[in-house]
Amino acid sequence: MFFDFANVFIFIILGLLMTFVIITVSRLLAPRVSDVPDKFTTYECGERPVGSAWILFNFRFYAVALAFLIFDIELVLVFPCVSVYNKWLKAGSGLFALIEITVFVGILFLGLIYMWNRGDLKWTKEVSEELEEGVVLEEEKPIMF
Amino acid sequence: MVHLYNKMPSEGFFGAAFTTVDRALNWFRLSSVWYLLFGLACCGIELMQTGGPRTDIDRIGSVPRPTPRQSDLMIVAGTLTYKMASRLRLLYDQMAEPKYVIAMGSCANCGGLFQLSYSVVKGVDKIVPVDVYVPGCPPRPEALTEGILKLQEKIRTERFLVKSP
Repeated sequence: MFFDFANVFIFIILGLLMTFVIITVSRLLAPRVSDVPDKFTTYECGERPVGSAWILFNFRFYAVALAFLIFDIELVLVFPCVSVYNKWLKAGSGLFALIEITVFVGILFLGLIYMWNRGDLKWTKEVSEELEEGVVLEEEKPIMF
Repeated sequence: MVHLYNKMPSEGFFGAAFTTVDRALNWFRLSSVWYLLFGLACCGIELMQTGGPRTDIDRIGSVPRPTPRQSDLMIVAGTLTYKMASRLRLLYDQMAEPKYVIAMGSCANCGGLFQLSYSVVKGVDKIVPVDVYVPGCPPRPEALTEGILKLQEKIRTERFLVKSP
């Protein structure tokens, strides 16, 4: 009855054993150098890392990146249509395809207008526009990218 | 930390056993010499060609790696400037042991065409230890392949576990 569980158990034991064996053999046989501290530094294409990797990114990057991504994909989807459009014209479905593409681009364009209206494309913002009265701002620290 | 590196006797029963292990390890190592991409100048183009389908060095086990952690071989292809030299040294230090260096082309060998320049290192062997020098300006892909084959011959004779005589 418990035979299936025994299979799983043996696999777990073998897995742990193999991990142990491989790491031990590698440790025994590998040539070791411990007097080079640079070996343990972070790989940054030859540059020495500066500061912490946990820096704050401005969240306005998010909206702009999203808009870019959407229109990038739009380009990818529309471009093949352009390259085969002559074939569609000959097949008699040119008008239908044109309307389809126009509707597709139009929906995305509405989204762009919405973003523009919201002010997401405006890079420099007045913080005081968005805050209610009485809120005290902390002094902004410069962020290095 | 326990390791057998360079500790085993070279004679007697254990010597024979560990020499055989050494030979096996050398065979593994020379059959998969993965190289760090280090194209600094026009030699880099020939380096790419060497990895390409025509002079396919994948068939002798060499594939390009984008990180020093997985590389055994650094092919310094091109003119090394003083500004780049510290980066080269850091990347060499970050590579896993055992590691080898091929100086590819005249610039990497001795400064080459830019020997009299104020900013060019006169040979990468002033920065890192070089195993194989490949002459040429730039060397053809066949020449670089020859260099890697020479390096394989060198790896074949190495002894890691037994004490060096």
